[in-house]
Amino acid sequence: MKDWPLWEVFIRSKQGLSHKHVGSLHAADAQMAIENARDVYCRRNEGISIWVVESKYMHASTEDAEAFFDPANDKIYRHPTFYDLPDEVKHM
Amino acid sequence: MNTHFDYILRLGDNALILAQRLGEWCGHGPVLEQDIALTNISLDLLGQARMLFTYAGELEGRGRTEDQLAYFRDAHEFRNVLLVEQPNTDWAYTIARQFFFDTYNYYHYQALLKSRDERLAAIAEKSLKEVTYHLRFSSEWVLRLGDGTETSHQKMQAAIDDLWMYTGELTTPNATDLAVAADGTGVDLLKIKPLWDAKVADVLQEATLQIPTAGWMQSGGKDGRHTEQLGFILAEMQHLQRTYPGLEW
Repeated sequence: MKDWPLWEVFIRSKQGLSHKHVGSLHAADAQMAIENARDVYCRRNEGISIWVVESKYMHASTEDAEAFFDPANDKIYRHPTFYDLPDEVKHM
Repeated sequence: MNTHFDYILRLGDNALILAQRLGEWCGHGPVLEQDIALTNISLDLLGQARMLFTYAGELEGRGRTEDQLAYFRDAHEFRNVLLVEQPNTDWAYTIARQFFFDTYNYYHYQALLKSRDERLAAIAEKSLKEVTYHLRFSSEWVLRLGDGTETSHQKMQAAIDDLWMYTGELTTPNATDLAVAADGTGVDLLKIKPLWDAKVADVLQEATLQIPTAGWMQSGGKDGRHTEQLGFILAEMQHLQRTYPGLEW
């Protein structure tokens, strides 16, 4: 059982929300991973849907965070707060 | 003895003793995930035992609480089937014991939904959701081990063969079963037997395991005649309340 692969677990807590990463676990295959996730991560009514992905299929950004994400920092016009809203516009 | 009380007490004893056995795995599971899975099942069963004991105590009318029924009876007063008191031994034995019991428990609770006793039918409805998952879990493991490696197949087959003699009692009615089946409060075990036989045959066949040929079946648990295992379970389970009666957290 030491050679069971690692799985990443994503759980949707209710309809309309997206799946969120909650952690990882070991399992021999996808079905066991889902059942293990039910037992490990859904003991207190946390979810209505489970996704599992074998960890080796996850790809993550490895770049230096500052250089990689910095160009977004000075583009203040990408934020809605940059724009002045006329008073006549309602429901914003 | 009141057969209705005796019947409900037995359902509670089955759940309690199996919960205690599964609890022994806590901290000792082969991997953390299965450790949690087994203790989840253990706690489900403990919850069922609590509902059943509380009800049994009310029916008896002598003021005994769930704790008094669990902690202050001796082995001969327990009504659980012999299967649930058998030791964990290894993962394959634990799974075989669970699978045999879950199959019975599932069909039994399903039939109990139609009990004339509404309280019992309500307990069955709540428990059935839990037991449905238990059966799925244990069936899945029988398949994995039976149809796994050569070693896992051998171990699973050995566990199935060794525990087989304790399975007859599950679906063989004693006087209590006959009485509660007749008055509509309990389940007619003779109707459960073919369902149990078919489900077990299906899963074992798919798992490439041999169905043991019928041999001598042990019995007696329902009437309070137990294997030597139960005394050890009770010694551990009841020790604290026997030493310090009424002790609370």
